Amino acid sequence: MTANRLAESLLALSQQEELVDLPKDYLLSESEDEGDCDGERKHQKLLEAISSLDGKNRRKLAERSEASLKVSEFNVSSEGSGEKLVLADLLEPVKTSSSLATVKKQLNRVKSKKTVELPLNKEEIERIHREVAFNKTSQVLSKWDPIVLKNRQAEQLVFPLEKEEPVIAPIEHVLSSWKARTPLEQEIFNLLHKNKQPVTDPLLTPVEKASLQAMSLEEAKMRRAELQRARALQSYYEAKARREKKIKSKKYHKVVKKGKAKKALKEFEQLRKVNPAAALEELEKIEKARMMERMSLKHQNSGKWAKSKAIMAKYDLEARQAMQEQLTKNKELTQKLQVASESEEEEGDGEEVEELLVPDAVNEVQMNVDRPNPWMLRSCTRDTKEAAAEEEDPEQLPEPEAHEVSESEGEERPVAEEDILLREFEERRSLRKRSELNQDAEPAGSQETKDSSSQEVLSELKALSQKLKENHQSRKQKASSEGTVPQVQREEPAPEEEEPLLLQKPERVQMLEELEKEECFQNKEVSRPVLEGRWSEKTPNNHPDAPKEKKKKEQMIDLQNLLTTQSLSVKSLAVPTIEMLEDEVERNQRQMIKEAFAGDDVIRDFLKEKREAVEASKPKDVDLTLPGWGEWGGVGLKPSAKKRRRFLIKAPEGPPRKDKNLPNVIINEKRNIHAAAHQVRVLPYPFTHHRQFERTIQTPIGSTWNTQRAFQKLTTPKVITKPGHIIKPIKAEDVGYRSSSRSDLSVIQRNPKRVTTRHKKQLKKNVD
Amino acid sequence: RRSPLVRASPPPGSARGLWRPRRGSQAARICHQVTPAEVASEGRCQPPPSLRPALPTNAPALGRGRDRTAKEPPPASAGRQNYGASQDPAKPASVRSSSHVTGSSMGKAEVACGRRRRGAALIWNPSWSSAGRATKMKVKMLSRNPDNYVRETKFDLQRVPRNYDPALHPFEVPREYVRALNATKLERVFAKPFLASLDGHRDGVNCLAKHPKNLATVLSGACDGEVRIWNLTQRKCIRTIQAHEGFVRGICTRFCGTSFFTVGDDKTVKQWKMDGPGYGEEEEPLHTILGKTVYTGIDHHWKEAVFATCGQQVDIWDEQRTNPICSMTWGFDSISSVKFNPIETFLLGSCASDRNIVLYDMRQATPLKKVILDMRTNTICWNPMEAFIFTAANEDYNLYTFDMRALDTPVMVHMDHVSAVLDVDYSPTGKEFVSASFDKSIRIFPVDKSRSREVYHTKRMQHVICVKWTSDSKYIMCGSDEMNIRLWKANASEKLGVLTSREKAAKDYNQKLKEKFQHHPHIKRIARHRHLPKSIYSQIQEQRIMKEALNRIKHSKPGSVPVVSEKKKHIVAVVK
Repeated sequence: MTANRLAESLLALSQQEELVDLPKDYLLSESEDEGDCDGERKHQKLLEAISSLDGKNRRKLAERSEASLKVSEFNVSSEGSGEKLVLADLLEPVKTSSSLATVKKQLNRVKSKKTVELPLNKEEIERIHREVAFNKTSQVLSKWDPIVLKNRQAEQLVFPLEKEEPVIAPIEHVLSSWKARTPLEQEIFNLLHKNKQPVTDPLLTPVEKASLQAMSLEEAKMRRAELQRARALQSYYEAKARREKKIKSKKYHKVVKKGKAKKALKEFEQLRKVNPAAALEELEKIEKARMMERMSLKHQNSGKWAKSKAIMAKYDLEARQAMQEQLTKNKELTQKLQVASESEEEEGDGEEVEELLVPDAVNEVQMNVDRPNPWMLRSCTRDTKEAAAEEEDPEQLPEPEAHEVSESEGEERPVAEEDILLREFEERRSLRKRSELNQDAEPAGSQETKDSSSQEVLSELKALSQKLKENHQSRKQKASSEGTVPQVQREEPAPEEEEPLLLQKPERVQMLEELEKEECFQNKEVSRPVLEGRWSEKTPNNHPDAPKEKKKKEQMIDLQNLLTTQSLSVKSLAVPTIEMLEDEVERNQRQMIKEAFAGDDVIRDFLKEKREAVEASKPKDVDLTLPGWGEWGGVGLKPSAKKRRRFLIKAPEGPPRKDKNLPNVIINEKRNIHAAAHQVRVLPYPFTHHRQFERTIQTPIGSTWNTQRAFQKLTTPKVITKPGHIIKPIKAEDVGYRSSSRSDLSVIQRNPKRVTTRHKKQLKKNVD
Repeated sequence: RRSPLVRASPPPGSARGLWRPRRGSQAARICHQVTPAEVASEGRCQPPPSLRPALPTNAPALGRGRDRTAKEPPPASAGRQNYGASQDPAKPASVRSSSHVTGSSMGKAEVACGRRRRGAALIWNPSWSSAGRATKMKVKMLSRNPDNYVRETKFDLQRVPRNYDPALHPFEVPREYVRALNATKLERVFAKPFLASLDGHRDGVNCLAKHPKNLATVLSGACDGEVRIWNLTQRKCIRTIQAHEGFVRGICTRFCGTSFFTVGDDKTVKQWKMDGPGYGEEEEPLHTILGKTVYTGIDHHWKEAVFATCGQQVDIWDEQRTNPICSMTWGFDSISSVKFNPIETFLLGSCASDRNIVLYDMRQATPLKKVILDMRTNTICWNPMEAFIFTAANEDYNLYTFDMRALDTPVMVHMDHVSAVLDVDYSPTGKEFVSASFDKSIRIFPVDKSRSREVYHTKRMQHVICVKWTSDSKYIMCGSDEMNIRLWKANASEKLGVLTSREKAAKDYNQKLKEKFQHHPHIKRIARHRHLPKSIYSQIQEQRIMKEALNRIKHSKPGSVPVVSEKKKHIVAVVK
C-alpha cells in the first residue's frame, strides 16, 4: 500500500517540473520501464536461461528491485534461485535490504516535503489583484472624506480655491525676447546703452546709484528737517533769553526764581517717585549746595549791603524785614534737609504711642514692604497703591497681544451682537404671533374688558406701591428718629432685607414665624416674650392693606373654583341614578363604564367646544368709544352709556353656519381656500418639523428689517466665483495634504510588470 | 443701533454701572413698577437715578449701597461699553454712572449734563432733602451725532435712520413673499441663456476640449476629421486643421496648454502644437502614433506627460514613446471613453459598450472594479472637487452619480432627459453638471438633485453630442450634429459684466429670497416653468403614461412584486 501511495505521489511530482530535486539517477528510468509489458521480461529470462546453459553465471538471482503497481503472481518465483519458496518467507516483513534503504530514504525526504498546491487560474489571480488594488485605492480616497463633507456643508465656498498671485514678468525677460527693429527703436537703444542705462529695476545709471548709495533721499530729508528744527529752536531760545534778560523788574526775576525753585522741587518729587536712585543723587547735590552755602558767607548778613542795612535797621522797618528775610533764607538753605520719611515715621510712632491698642498686623503691613527704597517708608499708603498698580502691570505688559486679541474679539463681537439681535427679533416676532393668535381666539369684547381691567389693576398697583413706599419711608424715619432702639430690634439681622419677602408672601412668613415661635417655645421659654414682642412690633408693617386685599381676591377665586368643580361632580353623579331605574342586566355594565369615565363628559365638552366655535366665528361689534374724549377722563371713570351706544358699530349678521343643523359636527369655516393656494402644503425636505420651516419663513432677510451687517450676513451667496478666473480641480496641497512625492509616471515605469501577453503578441505582429 | 432720543430713566435694577438700552424695556418697566418687591427694594436702595442728583467727587457717599463702590465697573470696561461717548478717565466713576449712556446719540450730551450738574451739586451739597430731590430734574438734551446723518460726499446715499424693532414691522413676511415672487418672475423674464453660436464646421461636432490656461480658447473636432480652434471672445475660428481621415473621435489638451492630442478613425494619435505654424510652414502634427486598432477616446493626465487612449483596451502612453507603457483590459469590447481623475490623478474611469463602467488604477496597472448597468454608458465625468465621485451619462435617458468606493448603488439618479444622454461635464465648482442628450437639449443638474434645474434648447440645435462647462464656471458650450458649437450662460438670467455693489447686493438678496420661498406653490410653479419643444414635451407626456401603465406594483397583488428603489433598479451587477 505504502509503496502504491508513494508511486502516486511520485507521479504527481513528475508532472510538476519545477519542484524538481528528484532522484533522477534511477528512479525515473525504472518507473518508465515499468510500463513495459511482461513479454520483454520473459524474453530476457529466456535469454538468460539460454545463457545459463553454458554453466557460467548459472545462479543469478531473480530480483525485484522496485515496488511496482502490478505485482503479478507469476513474478513471485523461486525460479533460478534454487531455493524453495516457503510460506513463512512470504509472511515475513520485508527486510531492509541495502538497495532499498537508499530508495526509502529518498522517498522519505520527498514525503517530508509537502506538495505545493496548484496555482490558481489566471482569472482568479487577476481578481485578487484587482480586489487588493481596489481596497488600496479606496483607502487613499477616503482621506478626502472630511474635505468633501466640509465643502458640501460649507456656508460659502469661494472659487478659485488657491489664491492666485499675479505674475508680473520681470522686465529683463520681456526685453530679452524683444529686439529693436525699426531705426527709431535702435536709435533709442543706442542712446540708452551709451549712458549705460540699465534695463532692470531700478532704472538708474551707475552715477545715480552711487549718489543714492551715499545717502538715501529720505534720510537726507529727515536729517535736514532735524537740523532745521534744531536751528529754529535755538534761535527761539536765544531770542527768549535776550528778551528776558532785558526785563529789569526785580519782582519778575524773583517770581521767576521762585518758579524755578518750585519747579525743581516738583521735578525732584517726581524723580523721587519715578527713579529713587536718581533722586538720591539729586539729594546729594542739594546737600552739597547746602554745604557750600554753609561755607560761604552769603546770606550771613555780613556783606556790604547787609552792613548798610544793619545800620538802617534801627529805624527802618523794611530794612529790618529784609535782613530778617535774608537770615531766614540762610537758615532755609543751610538747614539739613530732613528726610521726609523720618518725620513720617515719627508721626507713625506717635500714632503708635497714641493707639497702643492697634494690633500689630497694621504695622506688619508696613514692615512687610521692605525695600532699599528710602521713600518707601514715607508714603506707605501710596506705595501699596503703586504696588498694586505694579502688580497689575504684568497684566498690562502683554498688552500688544492682548490688544490684538481684543481687536479680533471686536471683530467677532459685532457678529455675535448681530446674532443676539437676530435672536431677539425672532423672539419678539414669535411673541407677536402668539399675541395675535390670542387676539384671534378671544372675542373683542372680552379683550377690551380685559384691557380695561388690566389697566385698573395697574393703577391700583401703582397706588399701592406708592402707599407702600410712603409707609416704608415713614417707618424708616421713625427708626431714625428713635435714638434708642431697643435691643431686640437691633438683633434683627437685616430688617430691610427681610421686608420684601414679607411683603410678597405675608401668610407664608407668618407661618414660618409661628414655626419659629414654636421652636423657640420648645427650646427657650425665656426668648419667647422677646420674639413675641418683635412679632407684635412687626405686624402693623407686615400687613398693609393691599396684600390683604389681594389675598382676599385669591381666596374668592379659589372659592369659585371649588364651587364649579363641586357642581360638575354632582351632575355626573346624577345621571347614573336615572339609569338605575332601567334594565337590571345592563345596569351593571353601564355602571362600570360610567364609573370608568366618570370624570370626562365628552358630550358636554363637545357642546361647549361647539358653542365656543360658534361664538368665535360670529362677526364682532366694533366699539369706537374713546374714553376721555369730550368728557372727563382718568382712573376709574368709564365712558357714559350713551356714548358707548353711539360709537358701538354693530356687526351685520353673518351667513348661517354650515353646521347649524348638525348638532354633532363642527365645521370649521375659518379655512381660507384662496389663501391655501399660496401656502406650502407639504413640509419641504430638509426640515423635520413644520415649526422649523415656519421660523425660517418668518425671519426676514431684507435690509428693511435687518441691520446692514445682518443683511450682508444673511444674503451671502453659497458659491462665489470670480469672473475670468480659471477654477482648477481641488488639489491635495490646497487642503493641506501631502501629495505623493513620486509621480504616476515614475511609478508605472518602475513596475513594468504587465504589458499583457496579448499585447506582446500584438506588438510582435506590428514589428513583423 | 438707533434708540429713541429721549429715554426715561432706566430701571433701578440696572442702575449699577452703565445701562444698555434694550428693546422691549417699555414692558419691562411697567412690570417693574408693578412688582411690589422691586418697589420695596427701590425704596430701600435709593431713589431712581433720574431723581438722584449726580454725586460730586468729594461728596459723601450718600444714599449709596455698601456694595456700590465695590461693584463699580472698571473704567476700561466702561469705556468699552460706552458707545462713542468721550470719557475722561480721571473723572470719578460715580459721575459716570449717574449719567446713563443710552446710545451713541445720547452719550455726549449726557456726559456734558453730568459735568454741569456736578457744579450744581456742589452748591446743593449741604441740603440733601427730599424736597430738593423732587425739584431736581434730570434734563436730557436732544442731540444727534452728525456722523449718523451727514453724508461724506454728495454722491453718497442719504442716511435714513431706521428702527428695526419687529413690533413696528408686522408685514415683513408678506412683503418678502411679494419680493420673492417678483424676483422669480424677473428671473424668468431675464432668462436668456443663449449667447452665441460658432459655426464653421462642415460636419457634426464630435468632441470639444477646453484650454487649460486660457478661458477664451476652445478646441473642437468634427466628424469629417477637421479640428478647429476657436476664440470665444471674438467668437471666431482662429485655426483649422484637417487632423484625421474620418471622425475625430477624441481631443484633449495637454495640462500646460502648449499642445493638444487628437485621435481619429484612421487609427492614429496625433499631437499638435497649440500655436499655429509660422508663415510658410506646413500644418503638421508634432507626433503621430499609428495604432493597430481604432482609438475611440483620449484623455490627458492632469499633471504629467502621460495620456490614455481607449479602443479595444485602455492604453497609457508616455508622450515620448510610440508604444503604450501599459495597457489594461477587462473583457473584450470597445471602450467608448476614458477619463483621468482630476484629483487623484492615477485613477481612470472608462465605459464600454458592453454596458459596463470600469475603473482603473494606473500605478498598479490594473483595473479595479466594474459595474454593469442596464444599458450602455456613453461617457463619464469625474467631479473636480470630490475625488471619488463621478457621473455617468447613460443610454437609458438617465445619469448616474457614483461614489467609486460603493458602486452597487449610485449616489443619485438624475432623470429628465427623454433620450439617450451622450455627454456630461462637471462645473469646475463641482456643484453642478451639464449633460447633452440625443433629445436635442442640454440640461443642468445640481449634483445632489435628481431633477434638472435648467434645460437649454433651440429650434435649430440637433442631437447634442458633446458639452463642456468652461473653467470659470460661467458658460457652457455644446457641440451638436448640425455643425454648430453653441455658447450658453450657465445661469440663464445672470447679468454679464461688472456689477455695482448695489446690484450685487440686490442679486444676492433676490437669490436668497427665491431660495427661501422656493417651496411656495406659486413661486415654485413660476420658477419651474420652461418652454419645451414639442418633441420633448410630448415625449415627457408619453413616458409618463408609459411609466404609469408599467407600474407593476400598482397593478398586482400587494406584496407580490418586490419594491426596488430607483437607485438599485438600473444596476445589474458589480464585478470585482
